[in-house]
Amino acid sequence: MSNEATLHNQDLMHHGVEHGHGNGHDGHDHHHEETFISKYVFSMDHKMIAKQFLITGIIWAIIGAFFSVLFRLQLGYPDATFPWLESILGHWAEGGRITAEAYYALVTMHGTILVFFVLTAGLSGTFSNLLIPLQVGARDMASPFMNMLSYWFFFLASCLMMSSLFVQTGPASGGWTSYPPLSALGDASIGSKIGMDLWLMSMAIFVVSSLLGSLNYISTILNMRTKGMSMTKMPLTIWAFFFTAVLGVLSFPVLLSGFVLLLFDRHGGTSFYLSEIFVAGKVLPNEGGSAILYQHLFWFLGHPEVYIIILPAMGIVSEILAVSSRKPIFGYLAMVGSIFAITLLAFLVWAHHMFVTGLNPFLGAFFVLLTLLIAVPSAIKVFNWITTIWRGNIRFTPASLFSIGFVSTFISGGLTGIWLGNSAIDIHLHDTMFVIAHFHIVMGVSAFFGMFAGIYHWFPKLYGRYMNQTLGFIHFWITLVGAYLIFWPMHYMGMAGMPRRYFDYSNWQSFNMFGGLNEFISFVVIIVFATQLLFVFNFFYSIFKGRKLTTPNPWEATTLEWTTPINPGHGNWPGEIPEVHRWAYDYSKDGKDFIPQTVPVSPDESKH
Amino acid sequence: MSGFLAVLVVVLIFVVIFQIAKASEYVSILKGEKKSREQSNRINGFLMVVFLVLGLIGVWWCHDLFEGRMLGKSASKQGEGIDDLIRVTFIITIIVFVITQILLFWFAFKYQEKDGRKAFYFPHNNKLELIWTVIPAIVLTVLVAFGIRHWLRITSEAPKDAMIVEVTGSQFEWIVRYPGKDGQLGRKNFKLIDKAMNPVGQDWADSLNTDDAIAGELHVVVNKNVKLIIGSRDVVHDVGLSHFRLKMDAVPGIPTTLWFTPTITTAEMKKQSGNPDFVYELSCDQMCGSGHYSMRAVIVVETQAEYDAWLAQQPTQFAQAHPAPAAKPVAPVAPAVDSTKTVALAH
Repeated sequence: MSNEATLHNQDLMHHGVEHGHGNGHDGHDHHHEETFISKYVFSMDHKMIAKQFLITGIIWAIIGAFFSVLFRLQLGYPDATFPWLESILGHWAEGGRITAEAYYALVTMHGTILVFFVLTAGLSGTFSNLLIPLQVGARDMASPFMNMLSYWFFFLASCLMMSSLFVQTGPASGGWTSYPPLSALGDASIGSKIGMDLWLMSMAIFVVSSLLGSLNYISTILNMRTKGMSMTKMPLTIWAFFFTAVLGVLSFPVLLSGFVLLLFDRHGGTSFYLSEIFVAGKVLPNEGGSAILYQHLFWFLGHPEVYIIILPAMGIVSEILAVSSRKPIFGYLAMVGSIFAITLLAFLVWAHHMFVTGLNPFLGAFFVLLTLLIAVPSAIKVFNWITTIWRGNIRFTPASLFSIGFVSTFISGGLTGIWLGNSAIDIHLHDTMFVIAHFHIVMGVSAFFGMFAGIYHWFPKLYGRYMNQTLGFIHFWITLVGAYLIFWPMHYMGMAGMPRRYFDYSNWQSFNMFGGLNEFISFVVIIVFATQLLFVFNFFYSIFKGRKLTTPNPWEATTLEWTTPINPGHGNWPGEIPEVHRWAYDYSKDGKDFIPQTVPVSPDESKH
Repeated sequence: MSGFLAVLVVVLIFVVIFQIAKASEYVSILKGEKKSREQSNRINGFLMVVFLVLGLIGVWWCHDLFEGRMLGKSASKQGEGIDDLIRVTFIITIIVFVITQILLFWFAFKYQEKDGRKAFYFPHNNKLELIWTVIPAIVLTVLVAFGIRHWLRITSEAPKDAMIVEVTGSQFEWIVRYPGKDGQLGRKNFKLIDKAMNPVGQDWADSLNTDDAIAGELHVVVNKNVKLIIGSRDVVHDVGLSHFRLKMDAVPGIPTTLWFTPTITTAEMKKQSGNPDFVYELSCDQMCGSGHYSMRAVIVVETQAEYDAWLAQQPTQFAQAHPAPAAKPVAPVAPAVDSTKTVALAH
């Protein structure tokens, strides 16, 4: 069996890494001694790598969210001074007030960190790693070594990005999209000096990490499923991770090419993106480049990226809603089909970010059509989730609450996508606060809800303990209410034309009527941020002190990960890998609460 | 000191919440898992309905509160169509929003776990799925059709009679060039840009340039089509015309255009809005550096007579760049002449 062969290979590799450690070692025993380094640092166990991604992601999330608190202070209280800001930011907040340069750096890093380091690496990295081998029935990834490299490239990218926060001219500050020429010319913006180089290098390494991970996920799902686990018997989480990985593999290289060209423009004297520029009192020699080319390359990843973020959350939510409703997910094949449709369309809609760049209007019309088409598979998913809980028997765990919250925010944010995808509306709302409201709800909040749901749900599998439920409930309700209070009113700011990425609105007559509202939003942001710290505390406290699991299947779920021991070793199952006989959603079938995937189909069972 | 106190209070609140959470975990172990699950189901189920009701009231209240603070009526003909499209889209999406949110939270409340309740095994139903594939598809087709129709209308070629104004973005101000009496803008070349004397790089060899005026304000004539020729001399900016519901990027090296028909003069808008200081504003809507938020220009919509009077007062850039002997008649050599020579002469 291929799984066994892989495990054997992997053992060999372990011996290679552990220099001579395996000398007096019994080759037949898989539970060999592991050193601290091989178990916790350079681990090749997918479960440990998942934990590494998760904890690194949590650290980044705290930093990224804290940045948003800082710039919200500026937006909410533009006239106030906060002396402690000067203590932490130095000359970037002289006199306790953030400078415009610092504001733009914070905004940029907030976006970069949360989109890439938290919601891509932290979300997909964690759950693809944890769940793919466990749910398809494999001992580890197709290449545990590549998997380890994937994390360490991510770590390296993290270090570079972190270091850019401390350089004298500051980190990148041209927005997370880093459009040239602003990002190409140090003379145009202080953040486009060394900070931008570090940003580009970090992102390039991040792309490598993402590719190593994604190729592994795809090959594991295609090749290493246990006996009986046909593609149509896979849980929806796996389908979601699969398409996420496909999206990543096909689109991240394009982003990388865009970044490489930008590096050439910055240091090689090329003119890919630069043309006819007069900056800092000088005429630049570059001619013939196109600043719009970068936007095409960027959004060719940038748009699939939002699905890279949201698809894993969709998979997690589908799984958790079924488990907690004690009902099969409604319309399994339609769910798979709609993920596939979204994946396909994700590649064909990038230019809807560029309706007002001077894009040929006729071409724009096609992108309108294709963009609004995505609403169809999205609608199918929403109705299927709602039907899944209909006539269920729902247990409210923090995981299921966050899943319900996910559906709510996905609806709210998805519907405003219909506004923005229509170019004739976008021409008014483009780059206003409406866009901020839209993508934060549909992609930021929703993806975070999916991630929280996943963490609460699979925490017992990760650490053999539960997280505190009451804290989970408090976390959920404050976050859900807070998210709506923060982002809902922003739609109205956007409809009033208020541009995004403004440091201060007070000089504008058209946009200064929302001062009180901005203050209110910033106040809520602080409360919601504090609540997230409560979650972080709950997470780390529960790792060491949480209530211990007494049963290997705490949520009474059907999927394979719950057939492993409470604290599975490397290799996941102590004996044979179980065989799979049915799909993952036999809940409440024929009067039985749930039937695990490993139970053979009996002849008198009803068909579905 | 007060900062320290604030941190202390927050930490205390954290500790209290944590102790409560911890205690409730012990209680749940004592009570048994089933009992405590029943209780948390009841509480969370109840909160689902509370959230739904308060949330919907909040949505209505928020709309009521902010509706009056919006921009008011569109100040351009093109914007009226956009407002109509927004209205239709708003109605459709808010209906879907309300229905789906009610279903979601109501079901969550209604089907919470109860003793004796059996979940209904309902894996799929082709008819239902067909319904909610086809209906959204039809509704979206309608929106796409209306949207694209209006989009192609407003992005079409500008009418022939449209007046021309050039808007150039630069960090962090707008430079507006008017064609003068001849109605045509002179040639320009970025290599000729000089911050003070020649902000957009006009080629003085082109006689069309002699009457072009440059200003920091955008003046347009009410009910007269205006075509903006948009460019940038450094990074990407965006001409944001929120009162007119339009915007277009300003890209270095690639000119873009945008045309519209202003319908309400600034003076009229002062009356309508009851704000005697009302001005239309031109904002930068594309992140362009540390001064992005301050990249503002005033737009004046006025009658033709007012416009003509204003433009007549604007000195031409040519005169400013050639202050020398006033006696020397402005008679630049024919445009066919080698431009480099004239440039050298001009400096």
